[in-house]
Amino acid sequence: MGFLHQAFVITVKDLRAELRTKEAVNSSFAFALVILLLFSFAFDSFEETTQQMAGGLLWIVFAFAGTLILNRSFARELPNDCLDALIAAPISGAALFLGKAVANFILVMAVELISLPVFGIFSNVHWTRQFPELMLVLVLGSWGMTIIGTIFSALTVNIRLREVMLPMLTYPILIPPLMGAMQLTSGLVAGTPIAPDTVVWLKVLIGFDVVYTAVSLFLVETVLVG
Amino acid sequence: MSAVAVDGVWKYYGDYPALKNIRLTAERGACLALIGRNGAGKTTLLRIIAGFNRPGRGQVRIFGHEPRETDTRRQIGFLGHGISVYDELSAFENLKLYAELYNLPDPRGSATEWLERTGLARVSGGLVREFSRGMRQRLAVARAFLHEPSVLLLDEPFTALDDKAIAVLQRLLREALAQGKTIVMSTHQLREALELSSHVAMLNRGQVAFHGPCTPEMVSDPGYVYARYGEG
Amino acid sequence: MRDKILYGLGAFAILILINDIVHIMGLPDEVNQGAIFKIIFFHVPVAITALTAAAVALIASVLFLVTKNFVYDALAVAVTEVGLAFLAANLVTGSLWGRVIWGVYWAWDARLTSALVCWLLYAGYLMLRHAIEEPTQRATFAAVFSIFAFIDVPIVIFSIKWWRTQHPQPVFWGGGSFPSAWLPYFLWNLVAMLLIGTIFTMTRLRQEESQRELDYLRRLAHSM
Repeated sequence: MGFLHQAFVITVKDLRAELRTKEAVNSSFAFALVILLLFSFAFDSFEETTQQMAGGLLWIVFAFAGTLILNRSFARELPNDCLDALIAAPISGAALFLGKAVANFILVMAVELISLPVFGIFSNVHWTRQFPELMLVLVLGSWGMTIIGTIFSALTVNIRLREVMLPMLTYPILIPPLMGAMQLTSGLVAGTPIAPDTVVWLKVLIGFDVVYTAVSLFLVETVLVG
Repeated sequence: MSAVAVDGVWKYYGDYPALKNIRLTAERGACLALIGRNGAGKTTLLRIIAGFNRPGRGQVRIFGHEPRETDTRRQIGFLGHGISVYDELSAFENLKLYAELYNLPDPRGSATEWLERTGLARVSGGLVREFSRGMRQRLAVARAFLHEPSVLLLDEPFTALDDKAIAVLQRLLREALAQGKTIVMSTHQLREALELSSHVAMLNRGQVAFHGPCTPEMVSDPGYVYARYGEG
Repeated sequence: MRDKILYGLGAFAILILINDIVHIMGLPDEVNQGAIFKIIFFHVPVAITALTAAAVALIASVLFLVTKNFVYDALAVAVTEVGLAFLAANLVTGSLWGRVIWGVYWAWDARLTSALVCWLLYAGYLMLRHAIEEPTQRATFAAVFSIFAFIDVPIVIFSIKWWRTQHPQPVFWGGGSFPSAWLPYFLWNLVAMLLIGTIFTMTRLRQEESQRELDYLRRLAHSM
């Protein structure tokens, strides 16, 4: 069975299990709504400065809400010792990781795409003006978040205070892509297309995604088996 | 070539040796009962044989190969303390998942067949979280046997099984032995295990205290081995 | 013997520092920034030492994963802790400089912000270690995290620099000139800082070895 097919089997399994209970997506989306609401109380949405900050605020929402999904990633294998069976199966650690990352990515994107209209309404922002480019930034930023969140979910699966450790480890590492995504999104949401001086952020995002996807695929077997 | 060969295995937790210089073999078709007190290292050893952890020193060979090699993993069936099936999936979905991961030619067919063999055909569409404990255990057994492994590694398989599940497991183990498969099973339930076993190994404080054929005396008086080779 | 070497190196480092401090205090005040400019004699060597520590941590982590020898794990944690302390000193000296020159303790200067992020990364490394009890797992996972953290360092530095290029703020060291006659003191300070860093690392290494022995004896006692 090919590497991609194995990863696909894992992706389907994760999605099926999650959609049966919807625990992670529901709590993630609820959390996103609450943060958006809090931001609306903290910042006046009709102010010019809030419009400029909107892109940054959006990614804070995505980062926090995304963690709820990413934390579950390997943690869902703990009940009943399912992780043992996955490690014992003739599936490479990289295929297992990739399958989970793709499932996480789909769930994270779903929460983000549902949050986007809500954000638009609460913040009085027209986010559809540069839609294709906005989607590109969403995809690149979310993939970076997903890769780091998934590999660190594997890293923290067996340790105490897992729910606390995962955000504290992932957010510092994610500062470059989050920064890039925020800068790009602020501009796109304000209606300005990506300019030569902001295209650098796109390169940061792509570079980060490529490097860390490769490093994670390489190191995941060490994390799972030692 | 032995089915399972453990050669000079040491396992350290930090600097502390949980397993010291373990030398064991199980020939093809043998059933090795691994006994010992709690903390003696049975689970640690089984997990190293299965490839979950690497030994600090020494090596394990399954039919001459490393346990983590992809082809070797296909030949190993592991039944641990957990049932290793997903609560949110149905019995059928669980077995089909593992059938696909193990590259079986007909995943759906294999899943259906093993549900029948473990008496779970009627609940194949039911979610595992609604199963009784005995049903969960039987599904775990189905998962371990599903890909027809040549080597079965079982960690205290009879513990916490109800009567129906015990009967199913004993039947499957006997069939497996008749087909020439190899079993290594750690156990506290000496009677059920020793009835099936051809060999016995006893671990005491991380070392092999006894390793030899299973004799009729052992079967009739399971405490005999502990008394003779253990430390009280 | 090892102790004597450490004491010797320590004395040497202290002598260098005293010598340098005496001379530096005698140097004329810098034209634009005044006396506080001299903090650069400490601020930059401390930063260089911290960066060296990060590189050594990376090498030690990779070597541990390859050889499984716990000496490398001990080295990784020792050098990371020392690097963290030096980074903190870097942040404090930079903050003091900012207070005097700009009147604010923190102005989001590119270098200091990068230092802060790196500090968070390596603090995460230590937090991860604290959360894992089993030594082999702790060493392995910490090594993996250390690799992830180190790869991020250049990306972080570049991103923050670009962010500051797009949204310019007052730059530290802007408007200050460094006479080449002062270079020897700077270099000697660098040597002193590296020595101090090495001494702290060796001391911490010794502590790690003792701790491992204790752990071993404790587990042995528990298994009786």
